Amino acid sequence: MESFSLILAIVVVTALAFDFTNGFHDTANAMATTISTGALKPKVAVAMSAVLNLVGAFLSVEVANTISKGLVDETGIRPEVIFAALVGAILWNLLTWLVGLPSSSSHALMGGLIGAAVASAGIGAVNGDVLVTKVLLPAIAAPIVAGVAALLATRMTYSLGRKADGKASAKGYRAGQIASAGLVSLAHGTNDAQKTMGIITLALIAGGSLAPDSDPPVWVILSAGLAIALGTYLGGWRIIRTMGRGLTDLQPQQGFAAQTSAATVILASSHLGFSLSTTHSVSGAVMGAGLGRKGGVVRWSTATRMFVAWGLTLPAAALVAALAEWVCRAGDWGTALVAVFLVASSFAIWRISRREVVDHTNVVDTEEPGSDEPAGVVTTAMAAVSPPPAGVTEDLAATVPAPAATADPKAPSATTTV
Amino acid sequence: MSIDWAALGSVFGISLVVTVALVGLFTLGIVGLSRQERAAAQGGSAALAVTGAYACFAACTAAVAYGIYLIVA
Repeated sequence: MESFSLILAIVVVTALAFDFTNGFHDTANAMATTISTGALKPKVAVAMSAVLNLVGAFLSVEVANTISKGLVDETGIRPEVIFAALVGAILWNLLTWLVGLPSSSSHALMGGLIGAAVASAGIGAVNGDVLVTKVLLPAIAAPIVAGVAALLATRMTYSLGRKADGKASAKGYRAGQIASAGLVSLAHGTNDAQKTMGIITLALIAGGSLAPDSDPPVWVILSAGLAIALGTYLGGWRIIRTMGRGLTDLQPQQGFAAQTSAATVILASSHLGFSLSTTHSVSGAVMGAGLGRKGGVVRWSTATRMFVAWGLTLPAAALVAALAEWVCRAGDWGTALVAVFLVASSFAIWRISRREVVDHTNVVDTEEPGSDEPAGVVTTAMAAVSPPPAGVTEDLAATVPAPAATADPKAPSATTTV
Repeated sequence: MSIDWAALGSVFGISLVVTVALVGLFTLGIVGLSRQERAAAQGGSAALAVTGAYACFAACTAAVAYGIYLIVA
């Protein structure tokens, strides 16, 4: 670790920041159904999810060891490229969080890596086959598989459980939801915390402070686990609201069926070597459960916006990452510029989010921010926010003096994001 | 380009069967317990229903344990 250069330190900090956004972005996957059906109090739910994420991070280093191989050619990759990739992924995660749409953090990370690698080494650096088989196909398959399973399971539990009522039934469904949500949290910790470990390890190898093919050092495992747990605990309440309330109205039976289906799909797919995104599986399962109940409705307008976000995730993150890599190549001041831009835009997104606060106190409210109202808010926010990933970055060079001047007030945001 | 249809197919099949089976078992367990609840309210008992219910829950617990094993292994 003696040759720990500044750029390497920046990459590690940025990777942990990404891990943090990953945590609060994906809390919804495990806990949205549990929170919206009232099985657990919001704060208790995110605390439980955070602990299980932390535990999951320590369980193995399998995923971390495979992350760098396959998608992009890792020979000759420089820390700057990884930095650019992370910038793209973080910004996309924050934007989708702002508009409250669940989208895959893994896709954002992959998109970032692809964009940065293409900008750095040309289009040949990306393995097209892997892109289709590991990204596109799973993105289509996951919600369908989980949705169909949840739909049938919901039908089943309603028809079998017609005679179930009273305390036993309420307690039972509550316990079932908590168990399956716990499994999803644990699986998320092993998968996503390890992705960050893999990225940091890749950067350390690329920067020459670790020997190639080494396992992640303990401090990497520890800090990645803590970052994702902290992010999970803060809770991405906006996304939880969309997933638990926005897509459909969930009853305990449906929440149980949806979360069980999601947990099964995630475990079955990762075990059988056809990894499916957690976010896509859970969203699909929630919609399937919505369709499975008689009189249940899926709000297709929200679902459509979510699908659009899924489609945009990879290209948007790739575009931002490519631009970031292009600026980084100008030298050290370019890298500094990108870092300042990242902090400034994260802070701006956080400021915008304060205009309409969603937290554990109002995450399950249906009355005031009912089904129509957030739709309007989300649409306008989406309309207002969608262009920036490309637009903001394009006039990056022009606008930089302003964010640089406000560097000081940004400090709080830097501490919260890292 | 080789798409691993077999893996995708087995993910689909296994997820479907396991989910429906688990949710079904769990629901049966809940039905058993609430039958006991009703019987107890009328002063009787439903030993068979309760035994069945616990058998169902035991099977579900085993499935969760296997899930944790898959995560750890």
